[in-house]
Formats: sequence, structure tokens, C-alpha cells
Amino acid sequence: MKQAIIFWLFRVMSFAVVAILFSIIGFIVFRGIGAISWEFLTSEPTDGMTKGGIFPAIVGTFYLVIGSMLVAFPIGVMSGIYMNEYAGNNFFVKIIRIMTNNLGGIPSIVFGLFGMSLFVNKLNFGDSIIAGSLTLGLLALPLIIRVTEEALKSIPDSYRHGSLALGATKLQTIGRVVLPAAFPNIMTGLILSIGRVSGETAPILFTAAAYFLPKLPSSIYDQVMALPYHLYVIATSGTDLEATRPMAYGTALVLITIVLIMNLIANFLRRKFSK
Amino acid sequence: MKLEAKNVNFFYGDFHALKDINMIIEENSVTAFIGPSGCGKSTFLRLFNRMNDLITDTHLDGECLVGGQNIYDKSVSVDELRKTVGMVFQKPNPFPKSIYENVAYGLRVNGVKDKAIIEETVVKSLQQSALWGEVKDKLKKSAYALSGGQQQRLCIARALAVSPSVILMDEPASALDPISTSKIEELIFELKNQYTVVIVTHNMQQAARVSDKTGFFMLGEMIEYADTKKIFLNPDKEQTQNYITGRFG
Amino acid sequence: MFNKKKNKFLEFLFESAFRLSGSVTTIIILLISIFLFTEGWGLFQSSTVEKGYILCINKENKIKNLTPHQVKDIFDGNITSWKELGGDDIPIETLRMDDVAGLYTEQELGPNFEYLPEKLSEAVSSRVGALGFFPEQFINYKFKGKVLPSITISLKDYFGGKEWFPTATPSAQFGLLPLLLGTLWVSLGAILLALPFGMAVAIYLAELASPRVRKILKPLIELLAGIPSVVYGFFGLIIIVPLIRDLFQLPVGETALAGSIVLAIMALPTIITVAEDALRTTPIAMKESSLALGATHWQTVFRVVIPYASSGILAAIILGIGRAIGETMAVLMVTGNAAVIPHTLAEPVRTIPATIAAELGEASAGSVQYQALFMLGAILFVLTLGISIFAEIIRKEPHLD
Repeated sequence: MKQAIIFWLFRVMSFAVVAILFSIIGFIVFRGIGAISWEFLTSEPTDGMTKGGIFPAIVGTFYLVIGSMLVAFPIGVMSGIYMNEYAGNNFFVKIIRIMTNNLGGIPSIVFGLFGMSLFVNKLNFGDSIIAGSLTLGLLALPLIIRVTEEALKSIPDSYRHGSLALGATKLQTIGRVVLPAAFPNIMTGLILSIGRVSGETAPILFTAAAYFLPKLPSSIYDQVMALPYHLYVIATSGTDLEATRPMAYGTALVLITIVLIMNLIANFLRRKFSK
Repeated sequence: MKLEAKNVNFFYGDFHALKDINMIIEENSVTAFIGPSGCGKSTFLRLFNRMNDLITDTHLDGECLVGGQNIYDKSVSVDELRKTVGMVFQKPNPFPKSIYENVAYGLRVNGVKDKAIIEETVVKSLQQSALWGEVKDKLKKSAYALSGGQQQRLCIARALAVSPSVILMDEPASALDPISTSKIEELIFELKNQYTVVIVTHNMQQAARVSDKTGFFMLGEMIEYADTKKIFLNPDKEQTQNYITGRFG
Repeated sequence: MFNKKKNKFLEFLFESAFRLSGSVTTIIILLISIFLFTEGWGLFQSSTVEKGYILCINKENKIKNLTPHQVKDIFDGNITSWKELGGDDIPIETLRMDDVAGLYTEQELGPNFEYLPEKLSEAVSSRVGALGFFPEQFINYKFKGKVLPSITISLKDYFGGKEWFPTATPSAQFGLLPLLLGTLWVSLGAILLALPFGMAVAIYLAELASPRVRKILKPLIELLAGIPSVVYGFFGLIIIVPLIRDLFQLPVGETALAGSIVLAIMALPTIITVAEDALRTTPIAMKESSLALGATHWQTVFRVVIPYASSGILAAIILGIGRAIGETMAVLMVTGNAAVIPHTLAEPVRTIPATIAAELGEASAGSVQYQALFMLGAILFVLTLGISIFAEIIRKEPHLD
């Protein structure tokens, strides 16, 4: 009897939580869908950002995502290769492992501070796509490393041994057998980090994001608007908050759509290639 | 190519896995290693293509010679050695590639670029491993579309494609059904005309059927090494006798 | 025979590149700590007095220096006698530029204030209890007062300080306490809210849900962890903040409670996922032996599964706290950002990350405020690093007690 009540309570709480979590998405979709139009996606903000669209923010986020992945993906994958294929189990490797896990736990605002201090000020990039991309890239590293390592771990040693026994070198074995087999799973890491990076605000606050910039960037040393920062700005500090609301709902919807699509693709890949 | 072990002692960490082994394996013959699990026969086999290098914290004393050269000498390139000394594993381990690419792999990693040579070698290797007739129409299909026995013969073809002189087989039929097993055994018999074959097996009938000479291992020692007939019919050592009769018994 | 070497240079090159990439996370963590601390440490060497100004006293005064907080108390009128600061029993007379200008006629100050330096000097030297706050440019070698050494902040002032007021004059105030307490209140509130729900869902998923339900729910919940924090913040601002304002009849809904609720929602996916993974590590044999002894399913969950997974669950909680402490945007948007020590959850608070996000844009590089914000970043870094190392240590091995 007591068990029935407790378990029933757990069920109710679980569905309440799931309902709350999904009502958030539902709410954004419901309110935001009205604001979405071709014009909204392709035009610049006008009238003190109460009208018009979010095109520069979409472009800005696109550049930042591309830039950060150019930084993080190669380094992350190579780091994952090192950890799984080369590293033994010595003290040095243990330190690296702990550091990689912990880098993922550092708040994004700390990355923002670091990026500002190193890229914006010391290296003199200023608030720019390149400074923002580098900062976001560092943030995405732990995720890519972890996914790569797991993908490589799932490749059976018999592949490696088969290749080595044929006289292939270690590098050939990795390049021709291990990596191709792990590739789809490594891609899920890339896609998940794209989702993550496109929603991050704190790291770009002081490294890349512009409050309002009606023109598109012309070089990597230009500032850009970005979707998450744009949402923050028009949600909290617009000139006319009530008039800006539809724009904010629309921006939020675009943001979660990107994240959801990225996750769906990643799940699809994972399911398709896991046997 | 002749294989030779001189005073071989091998350690996994502190564990003394092989003790004072001396042995000569003749060219163009089939040699079988038998013995209870954990007796060191696989470890000994893997010394000859240095696959034990992949295990950390191991240590070898003594010399292993292939064609008269100590393969643990500093000047030896492991990749070159493994081209000469091929290996077939316990479980079929084709790469997740097409049948064709599996066989061509060894050539590609060894720098062969000429498509005609690659194609010729692939066909020849598949013929040698008696797989050609079964796969000739589906060379572009994934190797995983084959049955277990076919996969193992594919792995043998893969090993043959780099034209080795020695082929090491680590229980090559233990994961296969009886029909596939007999096909592999026939193949081994064929191979000895061109290659030096060394096979580790749990299955003593198999050793009796395919090998010319047999070595019996126990607890890291090589108890007896002689012609297969002698080992199975009239062994010198009591331990060998017990093991053989226990199994046949 | 086997001596022909392949081109080993390429192998070496790639292996070096892999190794270098492997150590990159370690290098980044080192760089982050170096940069944060070197930028932040300057705080304890810089003057908190507004740039271009000095504080000065009468030559007779025995006081050697003042702390930023004492300066503030004096100018706020909370300290009125030098005696309170260890000096003679003389009332303190504060003198700003305007005060001095008011003491003299325009003629005495001269056209274009050319006699001002002289008069500032005279004002301080003629009043035993004077404390002047003057622009540095008017202080010359003829000045007859005693210029106080620059007012620097000590570690004690910083970590024990109860006021965060970086733009205050004459002396900026950098007291960590309100921000630290704000952060802890909001985070702990979030965990207290999220924990029962998170555990209920984790137990439901691990023990009660059918495999089909679990297969659908788990990825969906993981998906929610990926939604940007600024979206959660926006949701909180639109829905939760007005709700709290109306429900508790508060003047503003932007409170610690709003932050806790939003953070709880955000932390739920993490807590559920990690706790559920931990619960599922319990060996089936262990559960079966409990059931075989006649224990009910609930008793088995409560007495076998949860204790077995306790270290993993604890790790989930600690990771949740770590995540909550470092969260910036959502908190910035819903907590009202008043840098005062909170007494109830129904008051506006300001967290460490929100402070950095809100103020760094206005602080010029190298200024005291900039340094103070980097010091906050360094503290946040140490705090979250410590938490995640701690979580890792306890997650290592499941144990029974």
C-alpha cells in the first residue's frame, strides 16, 4: 500500500517535471511562431530594434559557430586520438584527463573573462569574430574531446591488431581503419557542440557581440550581432520592452530550433551508425 | 623462412609467462602449438610478429630469429617484419570496409599505388584462400555481409596479399562451425607449399590433421616438440601423454 | 632484411601534434588561472580612490592611512571623530573641492581659480580635523597638508567586505560577501527545489518506467540540457518573475527565488541524467537477492539501489550546484541584481557571474573595477574547479555502507 502511494507519487512528479520542461518549449514555440516570417529571418532590425528582423544576428552566430568549430574540432579530435590511442596510464595522462573533465565544469563567463583578457586585450584582436570564435572554441573543446574518445573506445582492438599485423604503422592504422570507423560518432560530437556554441551568451559578451550593428561583418576582426546576445538585449534593455516582445519570442524560437535540430541530427547519426 | 627461438624468457610484469624456450621451426611446414589455456602458446606465437609489443609492461629475454635475423634487434622495423610474418586471429576481424578493400588494405598501407597490381593481387589472394568463387560477384559489398567462416578466409586472403613468408594463426577456427573449420584446415594444408605456417589450437584433432610438427606447452614451458605423429602416438614425456589421452580419452 | 624504414618523420610529426593537442586542455586551465589571477591581483595594489584624486589630512594628524571602508564611513557620516580611527579626539571635517570653493570668495580664488591650490593647502593646514578629497592636479610642492598614501584594499577588506559599490566616491567599495552570499543563496535554493523532483524522475526512469517510456523520455530530457541559458532566462523573465511578484505581493518579482526556480529548471536535466545513470549501476543480482528475501520493490529501491548509487547521486547534486554557481545569463535576467546581502529569498540579489556580466562592459581595461571583476572570475574559477574535482573524486567508486 505504502509502496503504491510512493510509486504513484514518483510517477506524478516525473510527469510534472516533464510537463514543465516541455511547456517551456511549447510556450516559446506558441508565442514565437507568429513572429517568424521570411522577412523576420532576412531583414535587419529597425525602429530601435522593435521592428524588422534578426538577419545580422543569424549571420553573426553562423560565423561564430564556424569559427569556433574550426578551432575546436581539429584540436579536440586530435586530443581525443591522443588520449585513446597513444596515452598510456601514467601520471601525466591522469592529469590531462582530470583537466579535460574539469574544463567542462568551468562556467562560461570565466571563458568570457579569459577570452577578453587574452584575445581582445593581450593579442589585440578587439571585440571581433576571431576573439569570440577562439573563446567559444575553448568552451567546446571538452565536449568534442569526450565524444571523440568515446567514439574511438567503441572501435574494437581487433581492427587495430588486424591492421598492424599487416605491416601498417600506427598512424596508418588510425588514419585508415580506426578514424573512418569512428567518424559518424565523432560527427555527433561536432554537431552537439554546434548546438551548444550557438546558444552561449556569456563568452561572447565581451569578446564579439555587438548590441546593434545593422551591417554585416566584412572581416574576422569585425564585431557581430549574435542570436543569444540579441535575445538578452531585447528581453532586458530595449527601448520599448513591450513592443519588442514579439521579436524576443521569435529570436528565442530560432535559437531553440537550431539547438533542437542539431540534437535531432546527432541522435539520428548515432542511431544509424550504432550496431 | 625458418623461425628460431633461443633461450626465450617472457614476462608480463612480474609474471614469468615463457620459460627457457628453444625451438626451430622449419620452412614450408605446418607447426602446431597445443597445451592447456594460459600455457603461453599464444604468447609464444605472438613473439614472432612482435604483437606482444602492444601490451605494456612486458619484457623479453633471449632471441627470436626469423630467417636468421633477430627480430628484436634495434635495427628491425616492426612494420617490415609484420609484412613478412602475417597473422590470422582467433576471431575473424575484417575491417568495416568492402571485401575488395579488406584484401587491398595491406598493399595500400605499404605504398602500392598501381591499380592493376592491386587488382591482380586481390584476385590471386582470394583464389588462394579458396574464397574467390563465393565473393567474385560482390567484391564491393561490406565484409560483414559474409559468414563467419568466409570472414576468416577473407582475413587469410588479407594476410596473403602482402606476400608474407610466414603465417601465424592464433586458433583460427575456434569461432567457426565444423564445415567452415574443415575448409580452413584444407586451406592450411594448401598453404604449406608456399609458406611457413604456425598454428595455435585448442583442438587436438585439428593439430593431428594439419600439422607436420607439434609443440606441447604447459605452464610457460615447452614440454615436448617433435613430429606430430610421435607426439600423438608415442610421446616421450608423461605430461604430454596425460594431456593427449585426457583429451582423446 | 627487416631494416627498410618507412618514412617515420610523418609518424613523429602526427604523434607530436596529437600529444600537443592532448595537453591543450591542461594548458588552457593553466592559462585561465594565470590570466585571471594576474589581472585580478592588481586589485590589491591599486588605489580605490577615484582616478586623479588624492586624500589629504592636516600635518598634526597622526593617522598614517585609511582603508576604503573607513573612507566611505567618514564621508557617509558614520565615523565622525579621528578617535574612532585611533587618532586624537578631534571631529573629522571632510572637505571636497566644492566645500573649499564655498569657503572663499571668487576674488580670493582668483580669476580662472589660479589661487585654488593655495587655498586648498590653507583649508587643510588650518583645520586639525580636516580630511580633504582633492584633484591631484591642484596639489603642488607648496602644499602644506599631508597627502595620504594611496588607499588600497586588503584581502580582509575584500573577502570580509559587506559592500560592493565599485563606482562610489571618494573610494570604491569591493566587498565580496553580498555577491558570494547571493550566489550561494540562489544556488542552494535551486538545488533544494530541484533535488526532490530530480530524484523522483531519476528513480522513475531507472526503476519504474517501461523500457519504451524510458527510451523516449531520457533523450528528451537530455535534449533540454542543451537549451541556451538565455532562453531559460527569457522564460523566467516573462513567466516566473511576474508570477512571484503577484503571488507574494512583492514590489518586484526579480528575486533570489526567481533565480532559484529558473536554475532549478535548468539543473534538472543534469541531475536526472547523472542520478539515473548512477541508479542503473546497481547490479541486478544485488536487487534480486533483496527481492528474494521478501523485500518489496520500494524497500529494495530505498535500501539497496539508492545506497548503492549514493556516491553517484551525491556527485549529481554537487555537479548541479557547480552548474548553478557558474550560471550567468539566466540569473542575470531574473534576480534583480541588487548587490546587498540577502536576508530572504524574496529579495533581489546579485550573483558573482551576473556581476561580471553586468559590470565588465563598463569597466575600462586595467581599472580597479576591471581588476575586481577578474578577481571575481578567479574566485568563481577556483570555486567551480574545486567542486568539479570533488564531484569526480566521489563519483569514482560506488560503495555500500
